[in-house]
Order: sequence, then structure tokens, then C-alpha cells
Amino acid sequence: MTVMEQRGAYRPSPPPAWQPRTDPAPLLPDPEPHRVLGTDAAAEADPALLRRLHAELVRGRRYNTQATALTKQGRLAVYPSSTGQEACEVAAALALEDRDWLFPSYRDTLAAVARGLDPVQALTLLRGDWHTGYDPREHRVAPLCTPLATQLPHAVGLAHAARLKGDDVVALAMVGDGGTSEGDFHEALNFAAVWQAPVVFLVQNNGFAISVPLAKQTAAPSLAHKAVGYGMPGRLVDGNDAVAVHEVLTAAVRHARAGGGPTLVEAITYRVDAHTNADDATRYRGDAEVETWRGHDPIALLEHELTERGLIDEAGLEAVRQDAEVFAAALRDGMNQDPVLDPMDLFAHVYAEPTPQLREQQAQLRAELDAEHDSHGGAHR
Amino acid sequence: MTTVALKPATMAQALTRALRDAMAADPTVHVMGEDVGTLGGVFRVTDGLAKEFGEDRCTDTPLAEAGILGTAVGMAMYGLRPVVEMQFDAFAYPAFEQLISHVAKMRNRTRGAMPLPITIRVPYGGGIGGVEHHSDSSEAYYMATPGLQVVTPATVADAYGLLRAAIASDDPVVVLEPKRLYWSKDTWNPEEPQPVEPIGRAVVRRPGRSATLITYGPSVPVCLEAAEAAREEGWDLEVVDLRSLVPFDDETVAASVRRTGRAVVVHESGGFGGPGGEIAARVTERCFHHLEAPVLRVAGFDIPYPPPMLERHHLPGVDRILDAVGRLQWEAEN
Repeated sequence: MTVMEQRGAYRPSPPPAWQPRTDPAPLLPDPEPHRVLGTDAAAEADPALLRRLHAELVRGRRYNTQATALTKQGRLAVYPSSTGQEACEVAAALALEDRDWLFPSYRDTLAAVARGLDPVQALTLLRGDWHTGYDPREHRVAPLCTPLATQLPHAVGLAHAARLKGDDVVALAMVGDGGTSEGDFHEALNFAAVWQAPVVFLVQNNGFAISVPLAKQTAAPSLAHKAVGYGMPGRLVDGNDAVAVHEVLTAAVRHARAGGGPTLVEAITYRVDAHTNADDATRYRGDAEVETWRGHDPIALLEHELTERGLIDEAGLEAVRQDAEVFAAALRDGMNQDPVLDPMDLFAHVYAEPTPQLREQQAQLRAELDAEHDSHGGAHR
Repeated sequence: MTTVALKPATMAQALTRALRDAMAADPTVHVMGEDVGTLGGVFRVTDGLAKEFGEDRCTDTPLAEAGILGTAVGMAMYGLRPVVEMQFDAFAYPAFEQLISHVAKMRNRTRGAMPLPITIRVPYGGGIGGVEHHSDSSEAYYMATPGLQVVTPATVADAYGLLRAAIASDDPVVVLEPKRLYWSKDTWNPEEPQPVEPIGRAVVRRPGRSATLITYGPSVPVCLEAAEAAREEGWDLEVVDLRSLVPFDDETVAASVRRTGRAVVVHESGGFGGPGGEIAARVTERCFHHLEAPVLRVAGFDIPYPPPMLERHHLPGVDRILDAVGRLQWEAEN
């Protein structure tokens, strides 16, 4: 019987009651990015934390300049610098406990180093080697991830698995503003919220995806606002204020560990250097913009606070700089040693056991290398 | 030795049994995918698992294939052994970036420190009257990706054995399940499942002397039928069921072709850039002096998978296979 035929008997009724599945108000980011330095709240910041952050930032900046210099010397194939973003990199590492996991993108080797990874190991892939250079389980740092945002679902899965096993482990995943346009960003945040996985997503909004500015990337009020659509809190923070970033991330990690679920943190920062050493930033942005951001430098902000409060003197600053120089010298020395590469290794880890076909190909390469060796009179392999 | 009465079982039931046994044997095995929980999967392969093991072990995920596989990567990084279901062949494509850039490469790029023991189940192939996007033969994509193992069962017993072997493997395995064989029945004793064979072994499904049909998955029963029909023509055809596309069992295949001297590769996937080209090349490289004729291919046409009303024209059938066998230069023997 159609509706027309049963018209006399049909009594329209309202649909089942509807209500929002969660109250969006507490999920909304504050109207202004959270700041500590330069505000009244700075006076309450722990001096030990300020000094620690400062030392790490200075060392981080030196790491960035040293790595960039190594590309010019041909010791690194490529380096995506995080100069200007050190506050985010360092705070991400310091917000985590030892048992937690960090999921870095290719621009986040500094975060991995701040977490304790040997810098030469952290730069293995960028050096042009075939492997990540470190055992991810040793420092609980996932392999550097190049395909944008694809490491985010890994962080969600790992955090979910930890929770299923009853471990109070949190995963912190790092992504850039460009990465938020990728489908994997969306899927990761959605899965994290549905599963209430203990994950913190840190978006470093550094203004550019290589050359493309944020305005061409999104029409959202802010990237932090995207959190609301997934049913998780979004937080905005001044990404060059190391104390503020540390505060927001630490709170998000604590929230996740306590079973509160994921948080999306957008840190507003700026990529002072070009995308990589192979990029020419003058093609898409002016010096004035860069200079404006240099006026809001994460190290200068922190140093200003420390000296204003008398928490560091010139000798103290010099000691920090010296420590960074020692660190850079060790990195230089490490990178100046030629890595030992065995082409046979290319076949060793494709599978647990090489397939018969790979064994044949390995033998072929062996023969080619032997022939090469012979034709050079055995001088080198 | 006691004799156990064999009862008919379907391939889908054998797959369910394999999942259940693997989950019971190893608490790190987690099944996840779309509709795999309450519903038991659109093909009912995960039927009863959520009820028996709980929704944390057999999880209905959000509808997002990259998310399913991507989160499975993270779960495997933390020591779990995820078994993900891609609902249909063509719906697995959104997960390809995770599959190719991470699942297939993670062991290698971490020098073995972080293997990913993930099983990816993909119902594939045509012949079930599915509308578009429900009948693709996507095996060539998987085969072309180093780091993946690719298996496909043709019998009820192999469905159990290969899926158990896939879940037990420390490497990622794509298990291509021939949709139209889900309801195929065989005498199989679910109380005493077959021992799990290692991945990478082909099997001679039917011995013969005249020529070898090299095939896998949904085309195996078709080839066996063709071999029966060929007897009337006086041909005694051998049928090799590859079972594993990666690793490829060159030894079994080449031994068969050396015996028969002739070979036809049969699959549903398109011929151009399909598995048959690789297989024909491998056979030719190894058996050239034993070959009486070029290795031929019988494949689906190089067209988007046709609608259900026309799919019978696309799928390799007995006649197309016998036509190819007829072109194996038999006159040279006279």
C-alpha cells in the first residue's frame, strides 16, 4: 500500500528526538592563542623549567644551523630546517614521559633529538642512507615520516593498542599545517576520537606548505577548530612561546593519560628558513614578513624573560652557548665520518627471510660488485 | 589411526574457523574492519567473533580504509597482530598509501627492528553479479609492491591453511579471497584442520602430461573443468595452483612445464601488465629448451570490469582456455 492509498489512515509523527551527541562549547579553542611569556602568568613559571627550555632551544637552534651547514658540505642530502620552530620541537619532547611515544614528521628530527636520540642516527635518512638509523623502540620514537600525515593513524593505533593492553602510554604525533589537508589527518582524528585513544596531535602551523600559504590550505576559522568536528578539544597556542607550548602539551598529555581522549593542538609559529636547503623562499614571500617573525623569536622571548627575572646572567648564557657548540661539534664529527654501506643489506630486510627471487637478485648484485672490484684492480669495493 | 568423518564446509566457514583458531591461540590477534563486528562481515567471514572474543578483539571501525590500515600499523608497532578486512577489492584502494609507503616498507627501513605482522584480507574477483567496484582483480598492484606477501586460496582447506599462515607470518600478507568461491563446498574436517603450510608453495592440483595450466584463486576450478573437457580432445592437462603469488614458486611451476613442454597462464585479471606476463616470462626464462610452443595467456580483457549483465564475456571460461590450449602448436608433433 502506498502513502497515497493509505492517506486516510496515515498519521504523521515527529522524528525521534534529536540532540547533539556532545556539547561543542568546551571543545572550542580559546579566541586567542595561549601565551605565557610577556604576560603576568610568566612570573609563576618554574625557573628550572625556563632554564631547561632555554638550554634546549639554544641547542636546538644550533642543531638547525649545523645541519643546514652540513647540506652545503654535501654531508646531508637534504635538511628541512625547524629554525624558528624550536619551541614546538623541544616542548613536544619534554611533554612526554619515557614510556610515551613520539611520531615525528620529516621536519621534526629536533624533537627526536630532544627526546634523547643520537643526532647522527636521527639524520640517517636525510643523509641519504636507506634506513631510519635507529630502533624506534629504544627511545619510543617512530620512524621519521615523509608522506604527509600518514604517521597520524599510526599514533592512534599505537595509543589504542597500549590502552587495550592496560598500559598508560600516550602518543604525541606531529604534523604541519599543509598536512591537515590530507585525508589521513581526518581519518586519524576521527578514529582517535571514536576510540578515545590517548593521543595528542600537535599541528605546527608555520605558515607554509613549501610555497603554499595557509589561506590556500583551509577556510577553517583556525586549524584547532577542526577538532570540534571530531568531538575532541582544540587548543590554540603561541608556538614560539616555549613555556606556553609546554603547558598546553603537558595538559593534553595528562588529559589523554587520564582517559580523557585525544586533543588537537595548533601551535602558531613560522618557518624562518626555506622548506629545505633545496628551496628558494624568496619566490613566494617577502623579507618583511620573515623579519616580523624574527621579532618574535622563541629563544629571544625566553632569554628576555630569564634576564628580566634575573634567572640567568651573562656567564650563564655563555655556558648555554658553549654547551650548544660542543653539541654541534659532536654532530659535525659524527657526520664527517663516512657511513659504512653494504649494498647487500638492501635485500636483507625486505622480508623476514629473503624470497628465492631476492636471493637470485642479491647474487646478481654480488657478482656485479665483484666484477667492479676486479676491474679496479682490487683497489676498492 | 582413527578415521574422522569429513563434512562439507564452505570456504567462508573455513576462513571464519581460521580467524577463530588464530584468535584463540594468540591474544594479540585483533580483527578489524567495516561491519566485521555485530554483522559478522558482509560475507559473514567474521561471524560470531565479536561475540566470542569481545568488540576489542573484533572491532567495527569507522568507514575509512586508510584509517583502518593506518591504525593497524600503529597497533602492530605496539606488538599486536592485526587482521584487517577490506570489504571489497575496489574499496581497498584508499588504503594503498598506507600499504605501499608503510606496511610494505617498515621492516626494511628499520633494518628489521619493526616488522609489521599485519594480515590484509581482500575479497576479490568477479562472477558474483556485483555492480561496479565490486569485482576487481587487483592482485597485480599488490604483486608489484616489494615487502608484501600475496596469497590466494582456491580450496576450502587452503583457505584455512593460508589464512593461518598469513596471521602467523611476521611479514604483512595480503590474502586475496576469491568471492565467488566463498560458498564453494568441499569435504573438510573443521575439527581437525589441515596443518599450516608455509607461504610460497604452489601445488599440482591435477597431474597431466600434455600441457600445464598455471593458475590461482577463482580460476583454479575453471581450469580443472577445462582439463576434464580437454580429455575429449585427447589432451591430458596438468593444473598448477599457485596459491602464493609472492613469493612465487618458480620451482614447482618450472618442473611442471619441463615435464609437459607447454603452458597457458590463466587468470581473471587483465592481461596487459597482469600477473600472466610475469609468469610467462619466468617460465620462458627457465624452460626455454623444453618448450614446444610460446607460453600463452588467458586473461580478462583490458577493460574496466564489466557490469554483471556482461561479465560472463569477460571472465576466462572453459572455451577460451581450450582455444588457447589448441594454439600450443600441436601440429609440430606430427
